[in-house]
Amino acid sequence: MGEWAGSAPVLEEEVALANIALDLLGQARVLLSLVGDEDELAYLREERSFRNAQLVEQPNGDFAHTIARQLYFATYQHLLYGQLASGDGPFAGLAAKAVKEVAYHQDHAEHWTLRLGDGTDESHRRMQRACDALWRYTGELFQPVEGIDVDHTAMESAWLASVTDVLGRATLTVPEGPRTGAWAAGAGRQGLHTESFGRMLAEMQHLHRSHPGATW
Amino acid sequence: MTAVTAGTAETTGAPGRSDAAVAAEQAAYEAVFDAAVAADERIEPRDWMPEAYRASLVRQIAQHAHSEIIGMQPEANWITRAPSLRRKAILMAKVQDEAGHGLYLYSAAETLGTSRDELLDKLHSGRQKYSSIFNYPTLTWADVGAIGWLVDGAAITNQVPLCRCSYGPYARAMVRVCKEESFHQRQGYEALLALSRGTEAQHAMAQDAVDRWWWPSLMMFGPPDDESTHTAQAMAWKIKRHSNDELRQRFVDIAVPQAEALGLTLPDPDLRWNEERGHYDFGAIDWTEFWDVLKGNGPCNEQRISRRRQAHEDGAWVREAAAAHAEKHRADKHRAEQHQHTGKHGEAQA
Repeated sequence: MGEWAGSAPVLEEEVALANIALDLLGQARVLLSLVGDEDELAYLREERSFRNAQLVEQPNGDFAHTIARQLYFATYQHLLYGQLASGDGPFAGLAAKAVKEVAYHQDHAEHWTLRLGDGTDESHRRMQRACDALWRYTGELFQPVEGIDVDHTAMESAWLASVTDVLGRATLTVPEGPRTGAWAAGAGRQGLHTESFGRMLAEMQHLHRSHPGATW
Repeated sequence: MTAVTAGTAETTGAPGRSDAAVAAEQAAYEAVFDAAVAADERIEPRDWMPEAYRASLVRQIAQHAHSEIIGMQPEANWITRAPSLRRKAILMAKVQDEAGHGLYLYSAAETLGTSRDELLDKLHSGRQKYSSIFNYPTLTWADVGAIGWLVDGAAITNQVPLCRCSYGPYARAMVRVCKEESFHQRQGYEALLALSRGTEAQHAMAQDAVDRWWWPSLMMFGPPDDESTHTAQAMAWKIKRHSNDELRQRFVDIAVPQAEALGLTLPDPDLRWNEERGHYDFGAIDWTEFWDVLKGNGPCNEQRISRRRQAHEDGAWVREAAAAHAEKHRADKHRAEQHQHTGKHGEAQA
């Protein structure tokens, strides 16, 4: 999301996209700090040790592509943090704060899905294409993850219902293809990523790795 | 508030009145305006103001807004590569604030009767400028710190007096902008301090960045007083409160002890304290370089404006979609209201 800075279609979106990126980075920092040193975990792990879902490593593409990714992911995050916040597990505190942030992200993504889907012919076409292209990365979100005690099946039905509703209102068609790619669903969780991810890490980690042991 | 509003001023051009009467009325408005400025009152959007005052403010506020927007680029260049998550978060928040400052400033300019679209168009076509400083590249991470300390520092020195500018909307925007800028400046200084006190390589990186950004930062105050075309009038109107050279001197006086505290040197062999003046003397600025950058021949002029144009062009379909959606939505709402209206008389609601 940080890559959008300076390239958004309107100034208001410069603010909104940076705001979302900042919220997500804040959540990542809290999560990483729960298990170790945030910088060591972010900058010194190799590609195969990253456990992120493949959906979030997908390139920004055009604005529709970014919005489709955010719609799928924010809807999922909202459900996940909602469940975690209502439990008493180790993530309840983090989730209680994050759920408010991701509710905003979801709202933002839904509004843009409606504007683009039900906007011009071109925006409709682009939004449909983006929704279709990213559909195959959504199944992974609902694979059980060790140590996260939530009802993934219930989350998946709620997610499908929510996304189906938004796409319908946006005059878009719910994609028909499989929700997993050639890799088994859950690949990202096992450190199996898509090709662009290594390049993303190279950029993100380069400076930190060039100065071993330095503090910033 | 001045007494004469734009509403009353509209009668100035009413037909059937003698030129002398119109001129007398014009003079009366000018007298009220001059008195308000002299009394340090704020001029507000509906007040009468000389056309040249309006044009001068539009030019200055637009250039200021453009600088915030173009200024996002050199820093955004390092977002994906920031060396720690904390620094990354600080940098993203800063770039976000800059977009916000651009928004306030375009709104302030719009109170003068222009529009954001019109101003952006002038930026994209090169008819309006932005600060020369953003035509320099950010080559290392330390540049992000140097920009925070020096570039934001120079901007604050320039902008704090603008909080007392005679035009109300601009002055109020500056109050908000300055608060956030001061915060960014401290963070930039702190980032540079961490580098200066870090490893040898980090220290060298910090020194190199300061060496490259020092002179361009001094150029941010604009040409010397004897070559500044707008200064005298802007000061008379109390848009500006101090001359370029006064502000530049003020900045140097503040920055020198800060550089010492940072443990970094400034790239100027002629820099020394002048006991008699109570100021630091400093070397000659390369004005050839300044004018060259301003004319479009700096290291990044082409790249910055192309990137901005590209973002605008790439975003056109998104803005069109938003407009089309809003239009449909308005039509739907209108139909629904009509339907409800007719329903009350007929059977449609049953």
